[in-house]
Amino acid sequence: MSEFTVIETRKLREVRKGATRKHIINVTVRNEFGVLARIATLIAGKGYNIESLSVGETHEKGISRMTIEIIGDDIVIDQVVKQLRKLIDTIKVRDLTDIPHVERELVLIKVHTPTARARDEVLRITEIFRGKVVDVSQETYTIEVTGDEDKIRAIVELLKPFGIKEMARTGKIAMKRELGWEENPQD
Amino acid sequence: MSRKGADIVIETLIEEGVEYIFGLPGGAIMEVYDALYRMGGIKHILARHEQGAGHMAEGYARATGKVGVAMVTSGPGATNLVTPIADAYMDSVPTVFITGQVPLHLIGNDAFQEVDIIGITRPITKHSFLVKRVEDLPYIIRQAFHIARTGRPGPVVIDLPKDITQQLSDVPIPSREEAISSLIGYKPHLTGNPQQIKKAVKLITEAKKPVLYVGGGAVNAEAQDELLELAELMRIPVTTTTQGKGAFPEDHPLSLRMLGMHGTYYANMAVYNCDLLIAVGARFDDRVTGKVEEFAPNAKIIHIDIDPASISKNIIVDVPIVGDVKIVLNKILEEIKKKGVKILHAKEREEWLEQINKWKKMYPLTYKNSNKVIKPQYVIEQIYEVTRGEAILSAGVGQHQMWAAMFYKFSFPRQFINSGGLGTMGFGLPAGIGAKVGRPDVPVFVIDGDGSFLMTMQEVVTAVHYKIPVKVAIINNGYLGMVRQWQELFYEKRYSEVDLSIQPDFVKLAEACGAVGFRAEKPSEVREILEEAMRIEDRPVIMDFHVDREENVFPMVPAGKSYRDMILEDGKSPDVETMYLVG
Repeated sequence: MSEFTVIETRKLREVRKGATRKHIINVTVRNEFGVLARIATLIAGKGYNIESLSVGETHEKGISRMTIEIIGDDIVIDQVVKQLRKLIDTIKVRDLTDIPHVERELVLIKVHTPTARARDEVLRITEIFRGKVVDVSQETYTIEVTGDEDKIRAIVELLKPFGIKEMARTGKIAMKRELGWEENPQD
Repeated sequence: MSRKGADIVIETLIEEGVEYIFGLPGGAIMEVYDALYRMGGIKHILARHEQGAGHMAEGYARATGKVGVAMVTSGPGATNLVTPIADAYMDSVPTVFITGQVPLHLIGNDAFQEVDIIGITRPITKHSFLVKRVEDLPYIIRQAFHIARTGRPGPVVIDLPKDITQQLSDVPIPSREEAISSLIGYKPHLTGNPQQIKKAVKLITEAKKPVLYVGGGAVNAEAQDELLELAELMRIPVTTTTQGKGAFPEDHPLSLRMLGMHGTYYANMAVYNCDLLIAVGARFDDRVTGKVEEFAPNAKIIHIDIDPASISKNIIVDVPIVGDVKIVLNKILEEIKKKGVKILHAKEREEWLEQINKWKKMYPLTYKNSNKVIKPQYVIEQIYEVTRGEAILSAGVGQHQMWAAMFYKFSFPRQFINSGGLGTMGFGLPAGIGAKVGRPDVPVFVIDGDGSFLMTMQEVVTAVHYKIPVKVAIINNGYLGMVRQWQELFYEKRYSEVDLSIQPDFVKLAEACGAVGFRAEKPSEVREILEEAMRIEDRPVIMDFHVDREENVFPMVPAGKSYRDMILEDGKSPDVETMYLVG
């Protein structure tokens, strides 16, 4: 049986390795008791931190939508997505990372503005970023800005020198763009 | 008609076809026990420890395929169920666990016997429910059974606050369809993608050296007939995991028996050298694959599984097919027959089977018997003979579990009940009791170790109470044997904390519990005791087999190593020249 002669070296099976990067995942859920805990437990079980998370109701009764941002290995995130789909209360799970999508976040920043000059400057920056001043005191301006990650980062950097007293962010929400993209039937 | 929530629980369980509940009452679940007392209709097995009740429910489910039900009280009752719940989760056992809970208004107050069992079990359940309105009760129970038994089966916990079980309601019991209609996100995919099935058939037709690798999913789907037909029709050898045992008869010429860490030489060599691996309801566990990079290194892989998250989790596969194993195998068979059953390389495939037969002859499963000391393998072989291979075996975890897997040939599904994923010592006895309750027509042997037995031995009393004639064979080596084996092989015989030679007199213990006890110290006594045990039908029997203390389980692939690093009998390595084939 010449077919079965001995050889020394064997091929190795390729082990899956993925790039580590930021993923943005949309999860539509039945708004049941404990659903957020289930999702958080699942992600924590993989050893990942949730970078940001936002939850809100949708137009349909009893259905909520979450946007979760996590940094992780592509392969493991793929597992997370599959396991999120397995949860009984999830209806739809989609990793938007490689799909054209719109991202928005709202941030409230309370800036130290004790002088007229500081107030003028902060107001100008706010206008450039199409933000709004939503609260004023003798010492502070509170500014509201929405935008994507880069825009938020930029304004925060610009306001830092004045002294940021407090800041709150909503976490990202995201939605797939409708044009120029073919639906992936797997989703 | 208005009735208590507790009555609704029992009504719905009866509607779901529940025949047995395994459990243990307590304060928070008393209303339901009262309803059970008043209403009847379900038999209850009172375990002596909640862990026992949980494993009994599992054993019942594993032996029958029906949903196993365990019911306990809140707090410690619930926490004692955690191990069985995790066990059922790892091995995909359809189970519903009902736990009592403190009244709703006390939840979160550190009330007496309060524990957040939903939170504790969240990562080890398929789903869980906290009942907050009495009207939801029948819906939730129906949904729990539906979730437990469909898709990839698993455990579901229902946490029942005491006040819910006391409130009155006239809510009717909904039909199954009505109850599950709100589970809009839960629809297991059953049919398999037709394109993928075509691809699979092409690979099966073209392969020269195929192997079927079969796991517990095939047992859950009851796909034994389809498997046998596919294997025989296409001349494909079959290896099974511990959970897949019995899905393919081990006395069949195409059987390679078990693969993996303690798999047969020929199963592991076949997997190592195959050019096509067809994984059926299996999940590429690390105890199966060893070093992933060297697992079936030259093979294309087809993976059929109901759980999309199991596919390409540990190993990238070439043809993933998400679906019910039975349905998908039927479609594959249909497609093969439509083309008129072709094996493209029939000659090579016969040569492949010939090669496998050579491996089988070269290193069969074997051990050195003795007429002085009882060899554990000998006990298993004798049990096989005395039961004519027709018994259900329930095993604890450790060396004895592996010897049972190796030296008993399993020929029908659900015949080997053991804790594969979680590896729960103490599983064997209660699971065996549950199995016997579910299958009173079949003899049930518990193969236990002395270490495993001690962990749940109070359930002997349960078996006596209900006259459940399980036959417990303790493979007694006075050691935590598997740990000792690893210490011998990998820790230079530093036997750290594994000596169990201080132990109860198991014969007296059996008698004290009202069971029958036997002891064998010489090989010549083994057969007689087993035959005696087979005649006892009204009580459990505990057989204490004093075996060779330092016998090892071989073959063995050390953890994380390749199949090529296999250790055979007496610690020898196989002849390397026999292991590699040209791809």
